[in-house]
Amino acid sequence: MPVTGTGRASRIIRWVDYRLPFVAMLEHEMNEYPTPRNLNYWWNFGSLAGMILVIMIVSGIVLAMHYTPEANLAFDSVERIMRDVNYGWLIRYIHMNGASMFFLIVYIHLFRGLYYGSYKYPRELLWMLGVVILLLMMATAFMGYVLPWGQMSYWGATVITNLFSAIPVVGQKVVTLLWGGFVVANPTLNRFFSLHYLLPFVIVGVVVLHLVALHSHGSNNPLGIDHRGPQDSIPFHPYYTIKDLFGLCVFLIFYAIIVFYMPDALGDAQNYIPANSLQTPPDIVPEWYFLPFYAILRSITFDVLGIPSKLVGVLLMFSSILVLFVVPWLDTSRVRSARFRPIYKWVFWLLVIDVITLGYVGHHPPQGSIVTVGQFATLYYFVHFLILLPLIGKIERPRPLPTSIGAAVLGSAAAGND
Amino acid sequence: MADVAQSQVSQGHTQGHAQGHDGETRRDFLTLTASALGVVGLASAIWPFIDSLNPAKDTLALSTTEVDLGPVQAGQRLTVVWQGKPVFIDHRTDAEIKAAQDVDISTLRDPQKDSDRVQEFQGKKQTEWLVVVGVCTHLGCIPLGQKQGDDRGAYGGWFCPCHGSVYDTSGRRRDGPAPANLAVPPYVFTSATAIKIG
Repeated sequence: MPVTGTGRASRIIRWVDYRLPFVAMLEHEMNEYPTPRNLNYWWNFGSLAGMILVIMIVSGIVLAMHYTPEANLAFDSVERIMRDVNYGWLIRYIHMNGASMFFLIVYIHLFRGLYYGSYKYPRELLWMLGVVILLLMMATAFMGYVLPWGQMSYWGATVITNLFSAIPVVGQKVVTLLWGGFVVANPTLNRFFSLHYLLPFVIVGVVVLHLVALHSHGSNNPLGIDHRGPQDSIPFHPYYTIKDLFGLCVFLIFYAIIVFYMPDALGDAQNYIPANSLQTPPDIVPEWYFLPFYAILRSITFDVLGIPSKLVGVLLMFSSILVLFVVPWLDTSRVRSARFRPIYKWVFWLLVIDVITLGYVGHHPPQGSIVTVGQFATLYYFVHFLILLPLIGKIERPRPLPTSIGAAVLGSAAAGND
Repeated sequence: MADVAQSQVSQGHTQGHAQGHDGETRRDFLTLTASALGVVGLASAIWPFIDSLNPAKDTLALSTTEVDLGPVQAGQRLTVVWQGKPVFIDHRTDAEIKAAQDVDISTLRDPQKDSDRVQEFQGKKQTEWLVVVGVCTHLGCIPLGQKQGDDRGAYGGWFCPCHGSVYDTSGRRRDGPAPANLAVPPYVFTSATAIKIG
């Protein structure tokens, strides 16, 4: 819709738009973009993820103005942020807990996609770009966690970089390259800081691609059926801008409670001890959002077909995320939404329970029954994706789909009259 | 009130525009108040980020400097650091004090008496001690004159090499592009031979 009106402002907007169609693009993507009229609150988490990305970048840029990426000064500079910099404590707690919020939001967003089949035709690339964002987030979060240069920073960096030593033949050379030395030290900290500043902007770039892919076919919806006409959709603005803003307010209340009343609840007290390269903390535990993957890594305690257990564990851990890339082709069912899939609906929740179990296992020391539980949970994780997902699509009889979104929401009479 | 508003909304559904008595709708009111609250919230969320760029507590803790004047002989000049800036301390000779006091201040760009540029101790002006911030008031260079053999300019004070500003023995601007005299920092004599700057 072109900007109309004869006022000075609209004349300026038209002049700019003729040369750089920015307002026209906004208009097209916000006012004209048709959105399914039946989106539920699980669809809020995409825009929430975008918001928290902005919060992380803004708070991160300000923190970088006060932080010193040098091994002898890094810890003290973080303490200076906490004690001396005006509102430094607030900005650091926003950033630190923001990482947890980002993962929480993205995991809900991801499971929503799995439940409603948002990865299926024609949204396969949209889904895969999402997995790329997840991988970038993990790298960014890991390197950010190293920057305060406390004990967990240091030993987390040591353990995670040592994953690459599992690579046959060149493993140790790769690790030395990552470290820029023979242990995690100042060169490691410097490069992690540089990448931690860079990767969020790479994420922004992939988010733009994610949105372009989203807007070519529009949002999926709880019914998982396509738009068939104007009775199925409403404009994004004002309906979903308002709904997203309301969701943002609710989320900000939750986030503020954590930032102001329990800022260290999700962190590890060990990280307030300066890094010591000669003393490993008694118990190395990653941040909560890495626990399921950490459990998969640790659950392989035996060699498989002559491949050392260390390498198998690392391969499985990376595979547990990489398998998400091929989910659109592993799922053989043509029905998107689990609402109409009587078997998958339950299997989905089993996966949720399985991932939470893996998280529990990852949090506890690998001793006794924890190891066994972790091994079964790991096995089930891959069984879900590699066996159940293809199989259920073949044997399941989906329930009948509604004829249109409008018919399902408004009743068939209203939809017909529209 | 609530009943009136309700009926406006139900009208709005049927007519497309819910008109109040003076052409304003309940939706206008909600939009306005919600936006106003949002703006206040956003502004108060932005403030901590801006304030964090102001000097931190440890920076403010460096804002006073104590100096022992005892070892500084007449005719000697000493540079100390206060808030990261150089402060020039000049133990002036009698000739230099007289030169500073004899100037007709109506000829100056930034008229100031020499007696207004020195501090008292126990009711007596300490005219032999001149303390000025050693930052040229033109564009922030550090004038020459503190070291032996430096060019002190035509008035025996300081000379800024960047753009040629000249200061006299009271640190007052006498020539060149500088708009004002060298600033006198806040300081007090803590004894006859010691000062605290800041």
